[in-house]
Formats: sequence, structure tokens, C-alpha cells
Amino acid sequence: MTTSTATTIDVPPTESDRQKRRRLIREQRKLNGRQGIAGWLFVSPALIGLLVFLIIPIIVALYISFTNWNGASNPLGGSAKWIGLDNYKKLLTSDSLTRTNFFRSVRNNFYFVLFVVPAQTLLALLLAVLVHQKALKGRGFYRTAFYFPSVTSSIAITLVFIFLFQGTGAVNKLLDLVGVKGPNWLQDQRGLFHQILRIFGVDSSPGWGKHTVMGLHLWDWLSGPSTSMCVIIILAVWTTSGTFMLMFLAALQNIPEDVMEASQIDGATTRQRFWRVTVPMLRPTIAFVIMLGTIGTWQVFDQILLAGKTNPTMSTPAYLTYQLSFQNSAFGTGAAMAFLLFMLIIVLTVIQRRFLKEKV
Amino acid sequence: MGDTTTAEAARQQRRRRLAYGALTLFALLYLGPFIIQLATSFKTDPDAATHPLSLWPNPFTMRSWKRIFGFSSDSSVDFVRWLFNSTLVAVCITVGRVSLDSLAGYALARLKFPGRKLVFGLVLATLAVPGVVLLIPRFLVLKQLSLFDSYPGMILPIAMDATGIFLMRQFFLQVPESLEEAARMDGAGVFTTFWRVVMPLVRPGLITLTILSFQGSWNEFSFFLVSTISPKYYTLTTGLANLSSGSLGSGTQYPLNMGAALLTTLPVAVLFFAFQRRFVGNQMAGAVKG
Repeated sequence: MTTSTATTIDVPPTESDRQKRRRLIREQRKLNGRQGIAGWLFVSPALIGLLVFLIIPIIVALYISFTNWNGASNPLGGSAKWIGLDNYKKLLTSDSLTRTNFFRSVRNNFYFVLFVVPAQTLLALLLAVLVHQKALKGRGFYRTAFYFPSVTSSIAITLVFIFLFQGTGAVNKLLDLVGVKGPNWLQDQRGLFHQILRIFGVDSSPGWGKHTVMGLHLWDWLSGPSTSMCVIIILAVWTTSGTFMLMFLAALQNIPEDVMEASQIDGATTRQRFWRVTVPMLRPTIAFVIMLGTIGTWQVFDQILLAGKTNPTMSTPAYLTYQLSFQNSAFGTGAAMAFLLFMLIIVLTVIQRRFLKEKV
Repeated sequence: MGDTTTAEAARQQRRRRLAYGALTLFALLYLGPFIIQLATSFKTDPDAATHPLSLWPNPFTMRSWKRIFGFSSDSSVDFVRWLFNSTLVAVCITVGRVSLDSLAGYALARLKFPGRKLVFGLVLATLAVPGVVLLIPRFLVLKQLSLFDSYPGMILPIAMDATGIFLMRQFFLQVPESLEEAARMDGAGVFTTFWRVVMPLVRPGLITLTILSFQGSWNEFSFFLVSTISPKYYTLTTGLANLSSGSLGSGTQYPLNMGAALLTTLPVAVLFFAFQRRFVGNQMAGAVKG
């Protein structure tokens, strides 16, 4: 009490300053307190949703992958037995049908990624460069046409492709017109590489090809995508290239005009300009597109469920996860497979990041 | 000198013609399947089987479309119900995402609260989880909460998403902070400031999120596949998948299949053409950010 009166008498101006600052700090604190409460109120509906429907279930599913849960009972109750790493062993180390199926699906998906990712990236880049031309008339129309398949439902589009690629479907009628007899696309399980080797007279496995790796003959590992998988490859390239084209278009628009002009004055031809100027400047976008493409293609599911249910050359880890869990009630093994796929995607993303960053 | 310029001009012309040729060919490849699909939906079953490439239905029939809209004695396949379910679920999910993602996005962009960094990290982490990993967890949680095979079970788990929260946060970060300070000086509370001052300023973001959410939930398949089992909850996507696999006893009725697939494509197509510029713009903005 006394000190405060004393100070008021001693130095009134600084006092009022300090008081003002204190008042401001107090108000700021009150505001922060109010903001603190409001912040949590604002964020909690979405946060609770994500926790309850996403984060906690993922943790529980990880637990399930160490049990033999069959999907019927309460997984956290007594009926699901903890079996340690058995599910993972069944998929990776034990000589079982499950492992053969799993690695066959990995092979199928590997060839799918190997063909789709480069094709969609190159096609998207080509379309973007074509649409980006300065003197182009009807640019909006072309851009819309190329992007349109990307916004439609995967189920609807797959149905259309099943219709187009029947044995006597539109695609084979078109091939007839040019004198080519098309295969019975979706039923044909022959691998592309095997078919090419057959042209050169190799139509069965040589001796070394009979070695078994992860439950699959070496010869079968080298099959390439089956004819039926090629339909899904075409479908995937067709439905994704539009989205990636837009990303490349945005990047092309960001290339400064003077860079292009400078190279033109220096006498660079169109081709030189493309490879020496455009492509290097697009490098970050190319890296991004390849990464998104890889993450997406390792998860191909809807199309397989619709077009390749009974075709072993079309099953993918994502589809096998669904089949094991929801049709064979082996949720433990299904969950383990899902997490192996998850890890694979993470590892590939990290590797690509490092690899592509170094080059940039 | 004159010679080289004419040669140059001729070469440019040739190049331009080549570019137009390539563009037209690609446009045909990208739109052709949709045109064949449309034509097939007006064909009879035998016509569709024998002339799959023809764009001229012969004879022309509305049979498939009558069946799709329920004006037919054969009501074994309840398309109208699928359409209703798809619409109901997509609208609810869109409303949920737009409101919950905006609230959370605003809090993460502007409100200072303890634990904000942690919450943001959590949102970013869920962004990285591939959708395929979620099939079993989602089925699990719906079973545990007794929401399996119900409308709330189809809506609630995806009524908020990390992508939307992140998107809205980016939009809120662009609003000048001085505007909020001014509102606060005038005595407006946090919610009033958010609702009256900030929300009108992020309208482009809200429209973007609405389009993306509607498109995503309308086209959603795998989640509805694992969250329902009764035919009465079939959406256009899950219903269509069942129809094509023949489990509804319809075999391969291609005109019907193509018509129903077209019906599934149509709403998103309309949305796409109505908001085309924004659609395209968003994808491009996303690319720049990436």
C-alpha cells in the first residue's frame, strides 16, 4: 500500500506507462485465455472425429495384426487370441499358399506401378506441353477433355472399360479394322514379357526359371503384367494423366517468359529448349508427380475388385487385404498385409524423396 | 535470307498442324469412351453385344433409362434408392466437412491455444496414411460403436478430413490479421469475428472444399463397401459394383450398366462444367504448393 502511494507520488508519468502496459498484458492474457478456450472448441469436433474414426482404429488394427481375430466378436475381448508375429511370418517367411498369393499380388502390383507411373507422367507432360502452346485455339476445350476422366467415379469408368474390352467389344472391333485380332483382354492371363519371349521362340521356362523365390517360380516373377492387367494399366493412365497435366500446366506457367526468350535468342531449337530449359525447370513437379503416382498406384483396389475378382494375375495387395479380411474372415492376416503395404509405401516415398531431391 | 524465313514459316506451320492433329486424336481418346457409353445406354441388349462400336442405337430404346428411373415393371434393381442414398450421404458428408474443417482450419491458422502444434502435427500425420490401410480400422470402429450398416456409420467417419483442414488453414492464413484485430477492437467475440468477418473472406476456399468434398463422397466406394452390408444402403457406386458382378441376378446387361454408370458420372460432370475454372484452378494451386 505505502509503496504504491509512494511511487505514484514519485514518478507519475512512468507509472501510468507501466500501468498501461500491465493493463495491456492483462488484456492480452485474457484474450489468450479466451482464444485458448475458443481454439480447443473450434478444433475439437474435427479432432475428436479424426481420433475416434481414424487414429485410434489404426492403432487397434495394428494390434489386430498380432491376433487371429475373425471379424465377428469384440476384437478387444477374449475371443481374439494374441499370436505374436505369426501373421507376418505367414506372409513373409513360412512356405504357405498365403505367402504365394501375397507375393504374386506384389508382383502384379509391381508391374502395374512400373508401367503406369512412367506412362502417366510422360503423357501428362506431353498433354501439358501441347495445351500450353501460345497460339492454341480451343485450349479450354482440350484441357477440359483431358481432365474429365479424372473427376468421374472409378466404378463407373471401370464398368465402361469392361464393356469396351470384352472379347467382342469396341476395342477389338477397332483392332479388326486395322487387321489385328485382339485378345480376350480381361480373361487373358498371359504375361506381356512371356508373350514377347515367345516371339523369339522361348515359350516355356528354362531350367534356372524353375527356382522358387517367395513361393513363386523365377520364370513367373519375370512374366510382366498380364494382358488383363494391361487393361487396368491403360485405365489408370487414362484417368490420372489429366490431373497431372494440370500440375504440369501450372508449373509451365511459372517458367519466366524471359528464360524462354533468352534461349530462343541464343539460337536453341524447339527440341533443345524443351530438354535443356523446360524439363530442368519442371524437375520439382516431375518429382512430385512421380511420388504421388507411386503412392496411388500401390493402392489400386476399386478397379481390381470390379474387373479382376477371380483373376490371380490381377490381384493386388490392397485387394488381397480386402479379400482375406472381409471374405475369408482372416482379419489378423489381412491387417498384417495392410501394414506391410503401408510400410512399403512409406519406404518408397522416403527413397524417392532422397533420390529425386539429389538430382534437383 | 528470304528462303530461310519461308522455310522456317513452313516448318512452323507443319509443326502447328502436327500439334492440332495430336490434340484432336487425344481428345477423341479421352472423350470417346463416354460417347460410346451414352450411345450404348439407348441400345437393346443384342444390339449392344453385336455392335459395341456403333454410335447409332438400332433400334433406339429407352428401356434401360425407364428401368433406371423406376418406370418399368422390372423393379428388381432399385436405382432410385441408390441415387437417393448417394445424394443423402454426399450432402451430409459435404456439410460436415465444410463446417468442421473450417472451424479446425481457423483454429490452427489463427487462434493461439496450448497444444496447437501437436494438433497440427497430428492432422499432418493422418494426411500421410494411405486410404487402403483404413479399410479394416474403419470396419472395426463401426462394429464397436454399433454404427455398422447405418446412415450415421456411412457419414460420421468421413465427415471431416485432414486434407480439408489443411486446405482451409491455408486459406485462413491469407486473411490479413488486421481485419480480425479491428473486429476485436469493436468488441466482437472470437466466434463472431470468425463467422461475420473471416468466413466471408474465404469464400473461394469454401467453394473449393464444397466441390472437392462432394466429388469425393459421391465417388466414394471402398469405405461404403466395408461400412454397410444391406442392399438398402447401396449407393450408386456400391450398387453398381454389385450389379456388374451379377450378384443381383442381372447378368451382363450392358445398356443398363452403361446407363447407370452414366447416371453416376452425371452429377459430378455437371458440377465440373459449372465450376470448371475453379476445379482446374484448384488443381493448379495444389501443384504450386506441392
